[in-house]
Amino acid sequence: MYDTIIIGAGMSGLAAGIRLAHYDQKVCIVERHYTIGGLNSFYRLNGRDYDVGLHAVTNFTAKGAKKGPLARILRQLRFKWEDFALAEQCGSRIAFPEVNLRFTNDLELLRSEVAAAFPDQVDAFDRLISRIDDYDDLDQDNFALSSREIVSSVISDPLLVEMIFCPLMWYGNAREHDMDWGQFCIMFRSVYMEGFARPFKGVRLILKNLVKRFRSLGGELKLRHGVKKICVDGQRAVAVLTDSGEEIVGKRILSSAGHIETLRLCEDVSEIDKRQIGQMSFIESISILNKQPAEIGCDETIVFYNDHEKFDWQRPVEGLCDPRTGVICSPNNYRYSDADGVLPDGVLRITTIADFERWSNLDEQEYARQKMVWFDRAIESAVRFVPDFRRYIIDTDMFTPTTIRRFTWHDNGAVYGAPDKKIDGTTHLENLFLCGTDQGFVGIIGSIMSGISMANMHCLRD
Amino acid sequence: MAPEEIRTAILEILEDIAPDEDLTALKDDVSFRDQMELDSMDFLDIVMELRKRYKVQIPEEEYGELASMDSTVNYLTPKMADISA
Repeated sequence: MYDTIIIGAGMSGLAAGIRLAHYDQKVCIVERHYTIGGLNSFYRLNGRDYDVGLHAVTNFTAKGAKKGPLARILRQLRFKWEDFALAEQCGSRIAFPEVNLRFTNDLELLRSEVAAAFPDQVDAFDRLISRIDDYDDLDQDNFALSSREIVSSVISDPLLVEMIFCPLMWYGNAREHDMDWGQFCIMFRSVYMEGFARPFKGVRLILKNLVKRFRSLGGELKLRHGVKKICVDGQRAVAVLTDSGEEIVGKRILSSAGHIETLRLCEDVSEIDKRQIGQMSFIESISILNKQPAEIGCDETIVFYNDHEKFDWQRPVEGLCDPRTGVICSPNNYRYSDADGVLPDGVLRITTIADFERWSNLDEQEYARQKMVWFDRAIESAVRFVPDFRRYIIDTDMFTPTTIRRFTWHDNGAVYGAPDKKIDGTTHLENLFLCGTDQGFVGIIGSIMSGISMANMHCLRD
Repeated sequence: MAPEEIRTAILEILEDIAPDEDLTALKDDVSFRDQMELDSMDFLDIVMELRKRYKVQIPEEEYGELASMDSTVNYLTPKMADISA
């Protein structure tokens, strides 16, 4: 009998596991896949290390900072700042037709770029920042307000509104078109005010630290243990049944499988409201170059591009992908320490909005063909905004919405989960709780925070 | 435990929660929140660590007693009198 069973060995599940095992609970994490990480995993291919999802760790704060989510999770998990070994970004950019806004981890640069490109909007930009400063993360009443309405009421230039939204939606908006005000404030702080960083060794460093700590505290991790069913007795979850037929009994269950995905596992739930399923999924086209990207003029950390004035955050209206907007990221372009040096290969990753259903309906041969077609189209679109790097490519890899589905088990391969977040993590059962993407926070730090806060709130108070 | 031993026990917990913090300059009469910017999650941690290490139970409505080192030691002295250091 476990005190807590955790479904999913991603960032949130591992973080929750550490909290509970630290306080002497008997904890078991069950993971469907053969490896840890979920959306933020890593792999090796042709002798090279790849991260699955990571472009950047957001929410960067410097060593010694006491405030902010990074400082908070380090304290809660008893890690040192050095354990995450974060190196700051070199500089990023929002690229629209005719207008560019550069930004770093110091908000002042973005502010001066806004002042230069939109001189009559800089006071409004300052007012927006104070609105964001005033937003309380725990404010559930105002969480779901329309941020398009609020931001447009402060900033009158529609192009600047679109440009501000572009990176924030790209890095964490599960909802099409608009964004919850709470999510907007959290993302604005994490992207523009705190900023981007990355460990030299990538996400594997963070995951390995988490799993090592979890195990050293006596936590059990069962890989290749997919949950087939959550067994229910009245108002309580009593056990999980794995694909191999093993029954694991626990006092409570914390699930990072996603809201709808978790409900579907419950044996007492027969109908699922499909309107709640997330729609935003992506392809990612990864190019390995025979040069460091900076040598050919690709020296920025992340470029968020959009080729028309309106930013359309929605699943593709037609076709497999919508290449009009995308994200170009180079893991090489971080300020790594002299001891680390440079990454062995040049890498450019391009993310493009994609349609899960159309990708999953392709037969095997057509799927392989379309991967090649869209790899090329994604890069063709991106090189309008950064120097053309195509002739330096020596190897490639790519993932699609169906790959994301396989690794995360999210319906529709929805990277950021369902649009309606369940901020308090509760479900229809009194001892079944949610953590991870659908509880509300996204990104590496956000998902770790989700695991910690749900463990604190629901699993440690008896 | 005597008040001075309780103080040491609390310092050990704080060291664990905030390993980057310099605790030598901690003022006993100023709130932890103001000096270390501890938030509600950290206070829950102090409570949980006391329970884990010394089996002291602190009801939620009394968390406020843990505001500063002085108030914490005063509050815990009767509760921890029978515990050996």
